[in-house]
Amino acid sequence: MSAGAVIEFHNISKHFGGVTAVNELSFTVEPGRVTGFLGPNGAGKTTSLRILLGLVAASSGTATFGGVRYRDLPHPLETVGAALEAASFHPGRTARGHLGVYAIAAGLPRTRVMEVLTQVGLAAHAAQRVGGYSLGMRQRLGLAYALLGDPGVLVLDEPINGLDPEGIRWIRGFLRDMAAEGRTVLVSSHLLSEVAQSVDDVVIIARGELVHLGPLSSLDTDAAPQTIVDSPDRENLAATLTAAGISFSIGRTGLLAATGDPARLGHLAFEAGIELSVLHRQKAGLEDSFLALVGGGHSL
Amino acid sequence: MTMFLRCVSAEFAKIFTTRLWWILAIVLFCYIGLLAGGLAALFAGIQTGVISPDAVNTGGGSTDLGSLPALIYSFASSVGYVFPVLLGALATTGEFRHQTLTPTFLATPRRGLVLGAKTVTLILVGAGFGVVALAASVGLGGGVLSAFGVDALLIDSETWLLVARTLLAMGLWAAIGVGLGVLVPNQVASIVIVLAFTQFVEPLLRLAASFLEVTATIGNFLPGAASDALVGSSFLNLANPSASMPLDWWQGGLVLLGYALVATVIGYAVSWKKDVT
Repeated sequence: MSAGAVIEFHNISKHFGGVTAVNELSFTVEPGRVTGFLGPNGAGKTTSLRILLGLVAASSGTATFGGVRYRDLPHPLETVGAALEAASFHPGRTARGHLGVYAIAAGLPRTRVMEVLTQVGLAAHAAQRVGGYSLGMRQRLGLAYALLGDPGVLVLDEPINGLDPEGIRWIRGFLRDMAAEGRTVLVSSHLLSEVAQSVDDVVIIARGELVHLGPLSSLDTDAAPQTIVDSPDRENLAATLTAAGISFSIGRTGLLAATGDPARLGHLAFEAGIELSVLHRQKAGLEDSFLALVGGGHSL
Repeated sequence: MTMFLRCVSAEFAKIFTTRLWWILAIVLFCYIGLLAGGLAALFAGIQTGVISPDAVNTGGGSTDLGSLPALIYSFASSVGYVFPVLLGALATTGEFRHQTLTPTFLATPRRGLVLGAKTVTLILVGAGFGVVALAASVGLGGGVLSAFGVDALLIDSETWLLVARTLLAMGLWAAIGVGLGVLVPNQVASIVIVLAFTQFVEPLLRLAASFLEVTATIGNFLPGAASDALVGSSFLNLANPSASMPLDWWQGGLVLLGYALVATVIGYAVSWKKDVT
């Protein structure tokens, strides 16, 4: 395994005709950690990753691995392993044949093919034509391609898409293991919940621009606390809240009061002689912070 | 250099890990075998009098066909050339269609090198198709000639020069296929162009061009005509004996090479070096 290198995006912009897909994007990704690259569909994640890998030319800016552009890497597959969202397989080729082609091109020993197929759990299907693969198997084959050169950097675009629950659990452990070995792991997703259990850091983009950067815990804010409260006598409860100047909305399980202080609501109800059936504080989750950052998730 | 050889090796693996090459090779062998064998029987029959000339409508023309073995053997390229073109075009457009350009360019970011390796590989595999086609035209056609008692000229050096030039022509046709593939990356459009041009447009153009001296000269530079000039014999030249002096064999080869290079270089600019999305 080669050492994990720092991935650096420096003022990357990409315009398709008059449309700006990525705008002045700058961030770094550190080795030894799993970094989630998040944003709604169409935010520019895939375009950014393809620029990083030299598949798409940036309109301006540079993206490098340890200071070197992808196309200048002397041994690309042994430095960076990438699995991109698109299923890039000839359906008539077997998994072994598919990986064999690129092992030859990269000058890797042919034994790596079966090693990586075993690693992703596809050894039993190595001689099967890829055209008959399920989406989950294709994802694993894409991952096997990324691992072919035993690279120190992994760039994975939506690797969890299409995996079954067992596969999702497997890949979460896989990502953690890769980072624990000192590799740089950059994983994109449009769903924070998909990767929240595996990532250390998050890079969030929306409409092609960086909106948040930092450790996952930095998303764990509680900007708009709510308390759910309900009573068999809901009308009376509502009147009491109004009288106390606490705004609320009617939710599925009761009234959503705009306060982070359940004790105060309990006291108000007690004083008014109202029986409560529900009273608990609801914390704004990571997902809510994420959605707030990317603009309410209107394009999800 | 080692990088280039690895690329060539990978391109070979791409071709031989899918079924297309042997399906095309089998069809090529059967097609040329039937044509060369059948026509060898017909012409040899006429020449030796086994088949009465009266039984054949020769349109009043001469039944002197020049070197009959060369005519029969040249079917390998004059008819079979469409197969290496198809292989080259499919090998190239398949990369776009199946999005395998992504893993290809990740493994070898130098795209010009990849395209060069693909061209070299297809020239060699195209020559391999030439071997298959010659096995059919010389093997079956020559066998039928011998059976009719016509000298198959198998120990004639002219025959073996024709064989060598046929291999070269088939290789160059595969390179033209690669060029067409990068020029028209849409696989369906590419196949339609190959079939329409080789089976319909070019034969008509060659016929039409032969009516005037000036156009006949231009017609010599059509790829099919250049190929026939390279190989040195073709039934299409027999069909219009009034055609002006064809190109020398080496000129024909250079014209074919020119088509391949021009298409590949333009294709590189219009599709190969563009964003892979």
